[in-house]
Amino acid sequence: MSTTAPAAQANTTPLVAVQDCSKSFPHPEGKSQFTVLDRIDVTVSRGEVVALLGRSGSGKSTLLRIMAGLIPASSGAVLSDGKPLTGPNPDVAMVFQSFALLPWLTVIENVELGLEARGVGRVERTKRALKAVDLVGLDGFESAYPKELSGGMRQRVGFARALVVEPKVLFLDEPFSALDVLTAENLRGELDDLWNGGNFPAQSILLVTHNIEEAVFLADRVIVLGANPGRIRGEVKIEIPRSHNRNDERFKKLVEHLYAIMTNPTMAIEAPSAPAAAGGKEPSKSPYAHALPHARAGAISGLLELIVEHEQSRLELAKLSERLLLPIDNLLPILDAAAMLDFAAVNDGVVTLTEIGRDFATATILRSKELFGRQALIHAPIVATITNTLRQKEDGSMRADFFLDLLGDYYPKEEARQQFETAVDWGRYAELYEFDSDEERLSLSDGAREPVAVD
Amino acid sequence: MQYLLQSRVALRRLPFGLSDVAVILGTLCLIALIAKIGSGALVSFAPPKNVPSVDLDARNLPYYAARSSLRMFIALGASFVFTFVYGYAAARSKYAERVLIPLLDILQSVPVLGFLSITVTGFIALFPGSLLGLECASIFAIFTAQAWNMAFSFYQSLRTLPQDLSEAMAAYRLPLWQRFVRLEVPAGMIGLVWNAMMSFGGSWFFLAASEAISVLNQSYTLPGIGSYVAAAVAAQNMHALGLAVLTMAITIVVIDQLFWRPLVAWADKFRLEQSASADPPQSWLYDLIRSSHVRQVIGRAWAPIGDTATAALSAMTPMHGERAVDAKRSGVVDAAYNAFVIVVVVGLVGLGIHFILTTVGFAEIGKVALLGLTTFGRVALLVIVCSLIWTPIGITIGMKPRLMRILQPIALFCASFPANFIFPFATLAFIKYHISINFGSILLMALGAQWYILFNSIAGGASIPTDLREMTADIGATRSLRWKRLILPAAFSSWVTGGITASGGAWNASIVSEVVTWGQTTLVASGLGAYIADATGKGDWPRITLGVGMMSIYVVVVNRLVWRRLYALAETKYHL
Repeated sequence: MSTTAPAAQANTTPLVAVQDCSKSFPHPEGKSQFTVLDRIDVTVSRGEVVALLGRSGSGKSTLLRIMAGLIPASSGAVLSDGKPLTGPNPDVAMVFQSFALLPWLTVIENVELGLEARGVGRVERTKRALKAVDLVGLDGFESAYPKELSGGMRQRVGFARALVVEPKVLFLDEPFSALDVLTAENLRGELDDLWNGGNFPAQSILLVTHNIEEAVFLADRVIVLGANPGRIRGEVKIEIPRSHNRNDERFKKLVEHLYAIMTNPTMAIEAPSAPAAAGGKEPSKSPYAHALPHARAGAISGLLELIVEHEQSRLELAKLSERLLLPIDNLLPILDAAAMLDFAAVNDGVVTLTEIGRDFATATILRSKELFGRQALIHAPIVATITNTLRQKEDGSMRADFFLDLLGDYYPKEEARQQFETAVDWGRYAELYEFDSDEERLSLSDGAREPVAVD
Repeated sequence: MQYLLQSRVALRRLPFGLSDVAVILGTLCLIALIAKIGSGALVSFAPPKNVPSVDLDARNLPYYAARSSLRMFIALGASFVFTFVYGYAAARSKYAERVLIPLLDILQSVPVLGFLSITVTGFIALFPGSLLGLECASIFAIFTAQAWNMAFSFYQSLRTLPQDLSEAMAAYRLPLWQRFVRLEVPAGMIGLVWNAMMSFGGSWFFLAASEAISVLNQSYTLPGIGSYVAAAVAAQNMHALGLAVLTMAITIVVIDQLFWRPLVAWADKFRLEQSASADPPQSWLYDLIRSSHVRQVIGRAWAPIGDTATAALSAMTPMHGERAVDAKRSGVVDAAYNAFVIVVVVGLVGLGIHFILTTVGFAEIGKVALLGLTTFGRVALLVIVCSLIWTPIGITIGMKPRLMRILQPIALFCASFPANFIFPFATLAFIKYHISINFGSILLMALGAQWYILFNSIAGGASIPTDLREMTADIGATRSLRWKRLILPAAFSSWVTGGITASGGAWNASIVSEVVTWGQTTLVASGLGAYIADATGKGDWPRITLGVGMMSIYVVVVNRLVWRRLYALAETKYHL
């Protein structure tokens, strides 16, 4: 079996391509811009399955929407079959993470929607819709409403709605991530079979995902995106025959390799075109520019306690994700936080606790809090700055707006709010400062009045 | 109830029969009825000689009720059209939004009844020699009591469309027309139907007030149940008055059963949640229509026409993608637009002030402001007293599901019943027991407004989560602690909603509550409502402008300073 299921055609124009494409959103105050995507080049050719793999914040969904013509790029070109795109791309059909079905239409009416939009007549419409419903295994559910269906069945409707318009490229926006593990596995397998079967209604697939195994299982090519701002880190070719067998040694190697890449944002990917990541110490930045990973203190503590029970306090990431039934995307911020606070180190997809981390995970709650506070003051600049600012005030208290404004210079509004919330969570846990949400004020905790040396 | 259930099951079993016959007959009767009643609106009218009068013969009451109902439904239709156009424009264009939404906010606060004088003169001039002018003026008054709420509700739902659905419509390139009928209208349907039902109920009050009015030293009478009441009051006929109240009650119940219940039951399918609702609204008529085959037959016959219309409308409204905006250019356009709007607003306000100052003078403004303060005092007292009485009762009812199921429809009924039908009885009592209208008018205003506080409190009581109630029982909290810590905070946001509605209703009602008549006796309270009513009767334009303007200012200021803040508190701190 070849790596490209439908016969590759002589025409080599990419079906969809973005060239040197950037996307930025203006700050609410209009002072500066926040860059989400930075100079991206991606092509999708005929007969291939491409996966865009990235953590949250890498702008992978934004990139997909730009390629679908749903949102305009700030600069650069988007080409559909060689022609520049203005408005929604007629060559693609999209499957949404949340299914995006109209609850007041039946299954068949939902599937017909795209055809109706193209002005296909009623008889022809119904005929094609029935065929698509049949293809995705929804026979007998034609007149059911989405609310009568399980999540997996709903996403089948999503697939039928996309396939019925016979798009050149099928866009999948994390199509399985809202489903439970077994249902997702089942649907993924069926999609793969359909594609390998050779009669797939679309010529290519572009998949956005944060699930490493899913990317390796479905894709011929995995493009890894980096975060803040979103950029292409490189590409990993899945050069094993379809369908990709999970028990194949090469499959396992590829998954491990991708885990290592994903957990190490500065690791270079051995692709010829991959830009070398900036190494070494970065120039000194404002403390507010060092973003906190969005992890609750309680979650960090819980994770470390889980790891400390293992031999030599180390655990493979893939195993950890599996054991917690926690998608890697949700796990990574917690690990990042643990690494930031010097509780753990992540190398080649293996988490190892540091000396302090082991101490933290085994100590009493009071000692843990003390350790957390000490580490946060050293390694989490936002927390340290907030504490120091409060200490300089006579009454030890400040309005939240003050910090939100400062954070607003470095992050878009929503992100600034989240940075603040994380900082509040960490500070509260460490008993450094308290937050009164009625008055929107931060104030120093009694135990945190005397300054601690901070390097 | 049991009987209804059985009949529903029976109806399903019949292949083609009773239900179809019932639906066909019902439809035919409805059409005939509308034609018969509608023709009455076209009779000639040439004041002052040829003025339609109202006959107090009780046998005329059904006809009058039907004429009034027809007016209500025409206004409702107009409100729906207005809602779709206005709400859509405001949600789609940011330039339109900047003018339309503040305007809507003000229109909601302005006393509708104060405008009757302007609209009646206008519409009579539009249709000389026909009753249509008066009909239109009355319908317009009802329209103004319905439309703003509905438009606002639709605008809100357009602004809060689920992002994924909206994106899916764009990704599948639905033409704007299809997007409108497939997504935008259905997504707003439940809110729209509820708002329409509430506004419809509230607008009976305005119907009654607009059918028999004196404007510019002229008395106008439009055949209808409202003018029947006015005639009964003039003739001091208690018997006729009682019958009118009964007829009104029956009319409200019939319209609820035949129109609103089925509509609410139907609209439930537009729920945005992906799971079925636990307790879907029921309607026997909706079940009847659903079980008949007439629906499918009509659907099949309509399909070719519908398809052609959809195709044509879709071709006219192709979908365009979102374009990148040139920040600099749009900034310039923005500034120019804002400047233009400010110039127009300042100009209009200046013109109004100039008009008032040159005609009635500065001293009058001070006097009217004081009168406004008096009426404000009445409204405030009313809201406070009604809250103290009805909030505990409402919450208690709401916490007992069985009691609630019986009493909530009754509270809703009371809210839609036009309080001005009761006014004559109260007036009589005031005369008999020598109660000053200065205090009596508070009672009159409360007759309508109190129900909003009651049924919102019921809803508030029902929204308190069971586990929290069990928790307070479990920790052995005393009754007073339970109310202080759980029940009152939990029902706070419902109370705010009720309070806003009640105070808005009371301001409007002041225009008809501060001046009341029984036969030849007229009681006049000192207040802004009486001032407007007096100016309207005399056709004193400067004073009408001043009075309505002053009342609008009071309402807007109170809303901003009090209700908006309470609302914000309810949304954040007391949000369940």
